[in-house]
Amino acid sequence: MEKVGILIEVKADQIKKANYGVITAARGRDRQLYAFLLDGGRADHKLTLGRYGIHKIIEIAGQEGPLEWNPATWAQAVIEAMEYFGIRTLLGLTSSQGKDLLPRIAARLDAPLVMDCIHLNLAEHTVRKPQYSGKTIATLKVQGGHCIYGVRPNAIAAQPAPCEAETVIYRTAPAPAGLTVKAIKQAMSAGVDLSEAEIIIAGGRGMENGENFKILFECAALMGAAVGASRAAVDADWVPYAMQVGQTGVTVSPKVYIACGISGSVQHFAGMKTAGLIVAINQDLTAAIIGKCDYAIVADLFEIVPRLTRKLQALDGRI
Amino acid sequence: MQIYVCVKHVPDTAAKITVKAPNQIEEAITFIMNPYDENAIEEAVRIKKRRGDAEVIAVTLGKPAAENTLRSALAMGADRGILILTEDPPDSLVTARALTVAIEQDGTPDIIFTGKESIDNAGFQTMYRLAAALDMTVVSNVAAFALEGKRVVVECQMEGGARGVIELSLPCVIGAGKGLNKPSYPTLPAIMQARRKEVKRIALDSLRIEKPSARADILELKPAVEARRAQQLKGSAEEVVRQLIRILREEARVIE
Ligand SMILES: Cc1cc2nc3c(=O)[nH]c(=O)nc-3n(C[C@H](O)[C@H](O)[C@H](O)COP(=O)(O)OP(=O)(O)OC[C@H]3O[C@@H](n4cnc5c(N)ncnc54)[C@H](O)[C@@H]3O)c2cc1C
Repeated sequence: MEKVGILIEVKADQIKKANYGVITAARGRDRQLYAFLLDGGRADHKLTLGRYGIHKIIEIAGQEGPLEWNPATWAQAVIEAMEYFGIRTLLGLTSSQGKDLLPRIAARLDAPLVMDCIHLNLAEHTVRKPQYSGKTIATLKVQGGHCIYGVRPNAIAAQPAPCEAETVIYRTAPAPAGLTVKAIKQAMSAGVDLSEAEIIIAGGRGMENGENFKILFECAALMGAAVGASRAAVDADWVPYAMQVGQTGVTVSPKVYIACGISGSVQHFAGMKTAGLIVAINQDLTAAIIGKCDYAIVADLFEIVPRLTRKLQALDGRI
Repeated sequence: MQIYVCVKHVPDTAAKITVKAPNQIEEAITFIMNPYDENAIEEAVRIKKRRGDAEVIAVTLGKPAAENTLRSALAMGADRGILILTEDPPDSLVTARALTVAIEQDGTPDIIFTGKESIDNAGFQTMYRLAAALDMTVVSNVAAFALEGKRVVVECQMEGGARGVIELSLPCVIGAGKGLNKPSYPTLPAIMQARRKEVKRIALDSLRIEKPSARADILELKPAVEARRAQQLKGSAEEVVRQLIRILREEARVIE
């Protein structure tokens, strides 16, 4: 029986939905799935994780209580737990947290690591990932005593496969690592998190100013969507960098991406081309995005977005 | 104090990528310094300007053409360069070993900067491997950096715009993020001067790196298929929005 570990990410005591795609990718015949939870909070995640096929939930904690966030000690704790439970394959998300933990773990284990996987075949040790801003797809084969994979959030659809999960508490006291987390500065809440969102509505230079992003936030709130932006909008200081989608911003894979007043540069596409559906609202028929999307609305975004908001409000009222 | 900065010569983001062989692209395109590496060089040069006693050494592993990126780093203010030459760029494990050995043979790093990721193959791991091999502390996606005596205080970009304030001991490895600084473009005299700065050339083979048993090999590289059939929604604004709602509800099933 092969054991596969999955590093689970939690936000506000809830398992992030994107984890379920990772668990789906990890499943296989004769495979035991171990979920590593470091900040599961007080909630019991047996039912939620069991629904997707997790057999064992390993709650990693300190001797006295939860391990405070520290990438170095967390990585060390995961390595110890992997050792203890005899786990040689580890999967996680290519998220902010995953980008800090998975490479730390791989480096310490001198294990191969492929980040941003969009397809995995664990039996063959092969994965596929976008390279060159998504212009090519590479197939890689990894070999090693341990193998570590980061999965692009939402790139693999979650499929339930219920089983009975069991919880085990693993206590450890990782040595101090020369690295101390002094504080975490929270950003002004921008609503739904980009990497988690099923729907993203993003604005570009066509938004004209920061104030106008309000119409995107209003529309987003009604759909449970996150609001993103192009670099042009970020460079103009209309919205914070954390909202930038693209090559030098966040990479997202929502089910639907609605681009408003965005021309569709290669660099922007690098961050959203794996979206399920791309809708472009752009008044210029010759804009690159018009030929690269699924549905194009060739019109003034200020005519379309507020109308969409009103229609969604009407739907909301009806329910 | 010695500050090493690892830089990478990568295809321009706007360049058309043509696949030639499983692990090869057509290279007659524009190459640039990896964008985040510019932030890395900039930060190192700023430290040097503030302290006076720092030497900034840019290191790259690549084909001979990678010297262009090394020269850009020198034009931005690095003192000298190290070019590890290979015709067959290796995987992340070997790359990190090569950088480690080249740096160790050259001097004693107090700080090593890298970009937080390379935009060609987006490995996200070189800085962590360097740190593990050299027994240094490491943080990545750094948006603010301050050197205070023997300690370094950084702010790391976290999810949703949050920032972790982290203190770490020297020597350390820092993965530069975009928000770290605004790289200044080199002046013409600086570019001219960069041509005369010292670049040490080392053949990858001469570093005698033990082949790690662990590896990640590219089996195949394929152009990404653009499978979207752009369809224009037609009609009045009202009609178009109605169609969009239908698509969101029935096709994408993201709204009720
Ligand atoms: C190294 C590098 C990295 C980069 N990284 C990124 C990145 O991470 N993310 C990113 O986005 N970009 C990135 N860029 C920048 C990228 O090349 C483009 O410049 C940028 O994406 C353009 O943003 P935009 O589409 O909003 O603006 P523009 O290209 O100016 O497009 C604006 C669009 O809005 C439309 N428009 C205007 N008004 C309206 C209206 N009222 N209604 C409807 N449509 C309207 C116009 O027709 C136009 O098509 C990067 C560039 C480089 C060189």
